[in-house]
Amino acid sequence: MQIYLPIAEVSVNAFLLLGLGGIVGILSGMFGVGGGFLMTPLLFFIGIPPAVAVATEANQIVASSFSGVLAHFKRKTVDLRMGTVLLIGGLVGSGLGIVLFNYLRAAGQVDLLVKLCYVIFLGLIGGLMFIESLRAIRKSGKGAPPTRRKHTWVHNLPFKMKFRVSGLYISVIPPLIVGVLVGVLAAIMGVGGGFIMVPAMIYLLGMPTKVVVGTSLFQIIFVTAFTTMLHATTNYTVDIVLAVLLLVGGVIGAQIGTRIGVKMKAEQLRILLAMMVLLVCGKLAFDLLVQPAELYSIGTEGGH
Amino acid sequence: MLRLICLLCALAAPASAEEIVLGLSHDEVAITANFDGSDILIFGAVKRDAPAPTGEDLGVIITVAGPDIPVTVRRKERRLGIWVNTDSVDVAVAPSFYAVATNMPLSDILSTKNDNGARISINTAIRTFGQPDGYETDFEDALIRIRQGQRLYQTLSDAVLVEDETLFRTNISMPANLTEGDYTAEIYLTRGGEIVDVYVTTIPVKKVGLERWLYNLAHENAMIYGLMSLAIAIAAGWGASAIFTMFRR
Repeated sequence: MQIYLPIAEVSVNAFLLLGLGGIVGILSGMFGVGGGFLMTPLLFFIGIPPAVAVATEANQIVASSFSGVLAHFKRKTVDLRMGTVLLIGGLVGSGLGIVLFNYLRAAGQVDLLVKLCYVIFLGLIGGLMFIESLRAIRKSGKGAPPTRRKHTWVHNLPFKMKFRVSGLYISVIPPLIVGVLVGVLAAIMGVGGGFIMVPAMIYLLGMPTKVVVGTSLFQIIFVTAFTTMLHATTNYTVDIVLAVLLLVGGVIGAQIGTRIGVKMKAEQLRILLAMMVLLVCGKLAFDLLVQPAELYSIGTEGGH
Repeated sequence: MLRLICLLCALAAPASAEEIVLGLSHDEVAITANFDGSDILIFGAVKRDAPAPTGEDLGVIITVAGPDIPVTVRRKERRLGIWVNTDSVDVAVAPSFYAVATNMPLSDILSTKNDNGARISINTAIRTFGQPDGYETDFEDALIRIRQGQRLYQTLSDAVLVEDETLFRTNISMPANLTEGDYTAEIYLTRGGEIVDVYVTTIPVKKVGLERWLYNLAHENAMIYGLMSLAIAIAAGWGASAIFTMFRR
């Protein structure tokens, strides 16, 4: 069944979108990631204009993060204070990201920027995760000794603040910077940024793993909601019909994925996710490096 | 439009012997939620006061043009190992949709002079304002090539069926990725490369129903539209969580 998307102004198969939403939902349920980093490139592949894909995906992430954060609130694994500090940084970053996005859109370079961001970040995260999970599989059985949290340069910065839920007493500067960076990426890439935020919170801020996912989801809701509003009011590129189709598939898939995830080993899951991330990265990199069949492209925005 | 009025005035002077009577399968194209392209049947007849002139063949040219929208055509080049958009040309006049259907190859029934004058073939319908040094032609060709690939530009030779030099009909199929606006259908009768009659009509293409409402809302009340998108997202997120917790119990 073909559906005409009013904002994207293209006609696509509704079942294809439901299916894509479902598959990405299953994966996000299995691996505990938002799935934006997979969905946005998939939307490019099926011919949704990049500007619409990025803006609409931000809206979809609001839904999936909201669904996720409710579960974390019940388990009391959300550090609201840390979340708020990250959020302040995130809103600033998101505003900067939109300015950059619009500037490059006028210059005709937005596709390149979005794709480059994807190649770099997917390559980095995928590669690191792949190596780390290979190591974990090799180690399994030996039982590595637990390491104590060390004091790093992060703990010597001014403006210290107490984060009771995380059990931390650190400067607000590192969380603010992390927030800004993730905000910029959220605006440019149409992702929640969980896949960057989570490692940064664990390794850079030293937060306990159990509060990381809930806190990250909490702040992602607000940053992506803000991004959605900015895209909707400045670019008019949020396609609500597209968002709803992806949402329906996504929320159902996520619940199925959670059940599959429970039955698999953590290392196996991570290595599968790493391989998938590297696959998407490889496809995008291939398109940038190999001479395209059509060297010309048409843009509707005038000016240089 | 202006050029057509001029043309009509010019034609009106020597009281044309052959006139067009036209019909359309539908007066407008409505883009609904399940819009998947549209076929328009354009048919008509040639009205004559005297018997059909012999000697030169009757040519029938039917064009359907979407609204003119300026576009920027960009070219990729290899920079630092990756393919990057570099040069660009602004095309001031480019119809968003353009189909030319004829009963014989266009060059057989229309002289180049008249083609340029009435801007009938696709190449003449596109216009860049710049130095005519041939730099733009590559970009114009690329624009035509890409849009032909998307079935937005169509050259349909021998697609107009003419019976007894009187009745004619053709079918123009429009793809799903149409731009809204008033589409212009023009029908030309030619004899020996000269235009003997023109008929112009408009076919509005517009989003209707939900599509119309959402599009208007997104552009006119962007703030409300954005908030509505967020409300739907949050409701769906909350709903999914609530439904599946119910199942788990």
